[in-house]
Amino acid sequence: MSAFFAEAQHMYMTKTGKVSFSSRAKSPEKVEADNNEVSSILNTQSGEMVFAILVKSFHFESALMEEHFNENYVESNKYPKSTFKGKILNLSAVNFSKEGAYPVNVEGDLTFHGITKKVTSAGSLSVKAGKITAFSKFQVKLKDFKVSIPSLVADKISEDIDIVVECNYELKK
Amino acid sequence: MKNHILFLFLMSISWSTVHAQDDLMKMLENETSNEKKKNDYATATFKTTRLMNGHSIENVAAGVLDFKVSHRFGMLNSGGYQLFGLDQATMRMGLDYGISNRLMIGVGRSTFQKQYDAFGKFKILRQATGGKWSSPVSISAVSTVMLKTLKWEDPKLQNYYTSRLSFAHQLIIARKFSEGLSLQIMPSFVHYNLAKSVNDPNDIFALGAGGRIKLTKRLSFNVEYYHILPISFVAGENYRLPGTKNSLAIGFDIETGGHIFQLHFTNSTGMTEKTFITETTGDFFKGDIHFGFNISRVFTIKKKRLKK
Repeated sequence: MSAFFAEAQHMYMTKTGKVSFSSRAKSPEKVEADNNEVSSILNTQSGEMVFAILVKSFHFESALMEEHFNENYVESNKYPKSTFKGKILNLSAVNFSKEGAYPVNVEGDLTFHGITKKVTSAGSLSVKAGKITAFSKFQVKLKDFKVSIPSLVADKISEDIDIVVECNYELKK
Repeated sequence: MKNHILFLFLMSISWSTVHAQDDLMKMLENETSNEKKKNDYATATFKTTRLMNGHSIENVAAGVLDFKVSHRFGMLNSGGYQLFGLDQATMRMGLDYGISNRLMIGVGRSTFQKQYDAFGKFKILRQATGGKWSSPVSISAVSTVMLKTLKWEDPKLQNYYTSRLSFAHQLIIARKFSEGLSLQIMPSFVHYNLAKSVNDPNDIFALGAGGRIKLTKRLSFNVEYYHILPISFVAGENYRLPGTKNSLAIGFDIETGGHIFQLHFTNSTGMTEKTFITETTGDFFKGDIHFGFNISRVFTIKKKRLKK
């Protein structure tokens, strides 16, 4: 199967995808972080998408916040990697050979902090000049991934986290 | 036998469809594992830049200002009349700032001996695995200058400003053994521009050792000890100040968001290197113990730019 994939022209890949998240609590301190080292493969034939993220590559504006994120909240030494394995549900609505933007729905398993949860998200795929840009925005709940917030800082971090994904895929060589 | 082969065949088909995404994931892992590995640095070896009295291996990050207020109360064995030391206190207030992730500077003022102090601390080596620069330990160098501004003992003498100065130089070698255990050793050297008396040394050598055990994510138990070494530049001279003891401190770090509270018990009164390493007079095991705390509050002055 791998041999077949390697020669195929329907594998698109990126190693510099972007994932950012933010907490919407009404706090003067913004709790948000970016990761620009996300790797992902998109199979345009089957509609499958996989993502791999190093949790330590999330960067915050505040160094202390970054340290606490890694040490206390998501335990990135114990759970260094986060992954997503999913599938585009409405693949037939996307014409990869024609330039344009297509709304898509993706469903799959998100693994974070050692816990795997099914998530669905709406987004778009844009085809332009042989490249594919994927964009999606969705929400997860911290308690679904057993990330606990001590009551002392509960007003600074909301239970719902907004996640934005942006990837520019190129044909995999 | 035939059935078995058929069964295996069916199994492999169903496996390949169910786990097609796993194949894709494996492919992604192969792609990324070929790349040059990056250093994985040990982070948060200690919760803050001080173990208790002295420096830990940690630096404040670039652009971060750390405001520290430290207190040492009187001695526990001073009895109920002094409320076991709580009636007296010495204090140090300080500001530390991270110029880069490797270099930090700081200034402070202590009520004890009316001292001003300033230091520079540089991270020479960072503990790391995986990459090109892997190292089992982190190493930092700290140099502190202390200015004692108490009135001259004998104003009739010809007194020089430089006589008020003393210096401390330390190397800190630390290793984070696991999430729960970090240890460090601190070879230290203290120099007095003016020795107290003829037989007292200008230069004192000490070896410090310390560590922490993390009890929970936000609470750790720390120990810090400085042993004065019997080394002297001048033959026959004392290698330590008369009547002094080695400095010992035990305590806890409690972290609450942007604050770190350090509560401890120590036989040292001063909070500058020359005072706690070389001028500790309390005997820990006879109850000459000060209860003390450090409060640290960090402010991010220069924010890291997030790439949009």
